[in-house]
Amino acid sequence: MDFDNSKPIYLQIVDVFYENILVKKWQENERIPSVREIAVMVEVNPNTAIRAFTYLQEQEVIYNKRGIGYFVSENGYNKVLDIKRKEFMEDLLPDIFKKMRLLDINFEKVKDSFNQYLNTIDHENK
Amino acid sequence: MTNTLDMMQIKDLRFYYPKSKIILDNITLDFVPGNIYGLFGKNGEGKSTLMKIMTGLLFPKAGYYRVLGKDISGRNVQCLQEIFMVPEDFELPGLKISTYERVNSPFYPGFSRDQFYKLIEEFKLSADENISTLSFGNKKKVLIAFGIATNTKLLLMDEPTNGLDIPSKSQFRKIMALAVDEGKCIIISTHQVRDLHSLINHVVILDQSKVVFDQPLSNISEHLWFGKPMQNERESIIYSETSFGGRAMLFRQDKDETEVDLELLFNAVLSESNKINNALNTFHDEAI
Repeated sequence: MDFDNSKPIYLQIVDVFYENILVKKWQENERIPSVREIAVMVEVNPNTAIRAFTYLQEQEVIYNKRGIGYFVSENGYNKVLDIKRKEFMEDLLPDIFKKMRLLDINFEKVKDSFNQYLNTIDHENK
Repeated sequence: MTNTLDMMQIKDLRFYYPKSKIILDNITLDFVPGNIYGLFGKNGEGKSTLMKIMTGLLFPKAGYYRVLGKDISGRNVQCLQEIFMVPEDFELPGLKISTYERVNSPFYPGFSRDQFYKLIEEFKLSADENISTLSFGNKKKVLIAFGIATNTKLLLMDEPTNGLDIPSKSQFRKIMALAVDEGKCIIISTHQVRDLHSLINHVVILDQSKVVFDQPLSNISEHLWFGKPMQNERESIIYSETSFGGRAMLFRQDKDETEVDLELLFNAVLSESNKINNALNTFHDEAI
């Protein structure tokens, strides 16, 4: 894994978990890799991996079955969706708005681009 | 911190070579198992000497160094069988890898043959190869594999990634992530911060014969912030460097946590160690 050097590594690991859950690579109530497996996979100190697991448990995205391992929560998918939507609205959008204002790009233009994007996606899926 | 956890204790240690200036002065360090310590310092600041002392190859001139409660100068077998060092430069005998393993493993009661040969395989070496025919990097891999397989409580590594090719560095990080456990203490001395920053969780910095910094990474990232500061944050800058593309180290206050930039931290500590330590220790005390 290549680390972006601004965000703490444990949160970058959390993002990988979110991604896996959103694309349904990891299904609800399904067992996920262990702390050690994740640490080896992303080449980090297991203590860092533990921080990611603890954080995800606090967010109720995963749960621990003692002696068995970690699992994606019953409604893990929706939990992640809420978290990522909030992140998008609160962190990503303000940046985009700032740039739109700076570069004088109006909303209509963005809307056109977005519709165009939806069209291409549709075509690709057909 | 309870003393029973302290696997190794260095207290008021001083060292100098005959007829030379003091290399290590007033060094006090506790090493706790379950951690990977990064030992940093400029060239000639005594890192390798400290590691030699920690291995029992040199003895302190003053102060003490205890392993599992026993003073190292006794060269007690129970201590020495729990210590292994992978030095930066080394000579290995012209033996087959398997012969080397048979000759040296009996010194380490925790040695795992399975683990050793698995690591040899992971490093794409074969047990039948003669060590003398291997390149420096491959010799180093033999020693790293052996060191990890000894399962000593204390594993010291001096510049372990020097001489390793790019894929082997990644392999090395995976192997280390697998090797560290609650019973082991790993100390890595390196200048290759980028190779190892994701493994290290405690930073020790030596400068001018002294320990100028000794902090867990979690405490650093909790209280210090690394990145490009905003215009209005000029006052909370502790250290900044133009060559880092404007990156600076700030008091974190209520900002989002960032990854610790070890290179920036190292340079900052060398120029502002008091300021940084005061900040971290004040926060630390408050937390207790």
